[in-house]
Amino acid sequence: MLVAVAVFPGTNCEIDTKYAFEKLGQDVVLVFHKEEKLPEGTDLVVLPGGFSYGDYLRSAAIAKFSPIMKAVIDFANNGGKVLGICNGFQMLVEAKLLPGAMKRNESVHFISKFHPLKVVANDNLFLQKCAIGEVLNIPVAHGEGSYYIDEVGLKELYANHQVLLTYCDEKGNVQNPNGSIDAIAGICNKKKNVFGLMPHPERAIEEILGSDDGVKMLQGFIA
Amino acid sequence: MKVIVNIQLKNGVLDPQGKAVHHALSSLKFNEINEVRIGKQIILDIDENDKIKAEQRVTTMCDELLANTVIEDYTIEFPAC
Repeated sequence: MLVAVAVFPGTNCEIDTKYAFEKLGQDVVLVFHKEEKLPEGTDLVVLPGGFSYGDYLRSAAIAKFSPIMKAVIDFANNGGKVLGICNGFQMLVEAKLLPGAMKRNESVHFISKFHPLKVVANDNLFLQKCAIGEVLNIPVAHGEGSYYIDEVGLKELYANHQVLLTYCDEKGNVQNPNGSIDAIAGICNKKKNVFGLMPHPERAIEEILGSDDGVKMLQGFIA
Repeated sequence: MKVIVNIQLKNGVLDPQGKAVHHALSSLKFNEINEVRIGKQIILDIDENDKIKAEQRVTTMCDELLANTVIEDYTIEFPAC
């Protein structure tokens, strides 16, 4: 599988993302934001974490107009698989590839720690190797990760099984670190080819570094 | 001409920054405050003398980039020069 990882000014998780997918035996290419085309044969685009354009104006507000994003939006609209992690998730909502918006954390603090996540839906590529209700231990690192969507939008998300992950405690009970609506940590689009989450599965691929729960998440993309 | 864009979170969308500042003001004994909402102000100097045209252009700018209309409202003002 060929994974294209987009790199914007201020992106800082591209090397971890590349490392994670290479460890899973995949080919990975870093693609600079000024490129207008994705590499030939791209199977999955990953928008990695970081602080694109210094988070100026709003997180990911400016990144969505980078030349490469036009190609990513076309790719997604043609059914291509796209995963947005953290700042990448923010880009997907700013670009309207995913519904809703991202707000400042309710505590106004930047949160950086391992946080348990509960699998809400697994009838999708990304979480197909996880069980519903399973608790995954994945690091979070964000200041603007409070997911917002209006009531109508939220109902639609649930109806289509688009709510993928929620924040919880170690036992799977709701625990909301950032004030997200319904403690939502990750969603997908209606067609289930565009995925976004605030936590960092690419930072949880080796047990010696705290958790390898990210492996089965990323493996979902590898047929 | 100068154009001022004020952006704030929509009514009903919780403003955590405003809440934190409200809390800080209360601890400084400013007890008369009911609510604090924090927004941002963007001041544009644009090459356009027609106010109506300028407003149309700035509205497009707001919808495309300056505001996230899922959670934010904006107002456009023309300050007296």
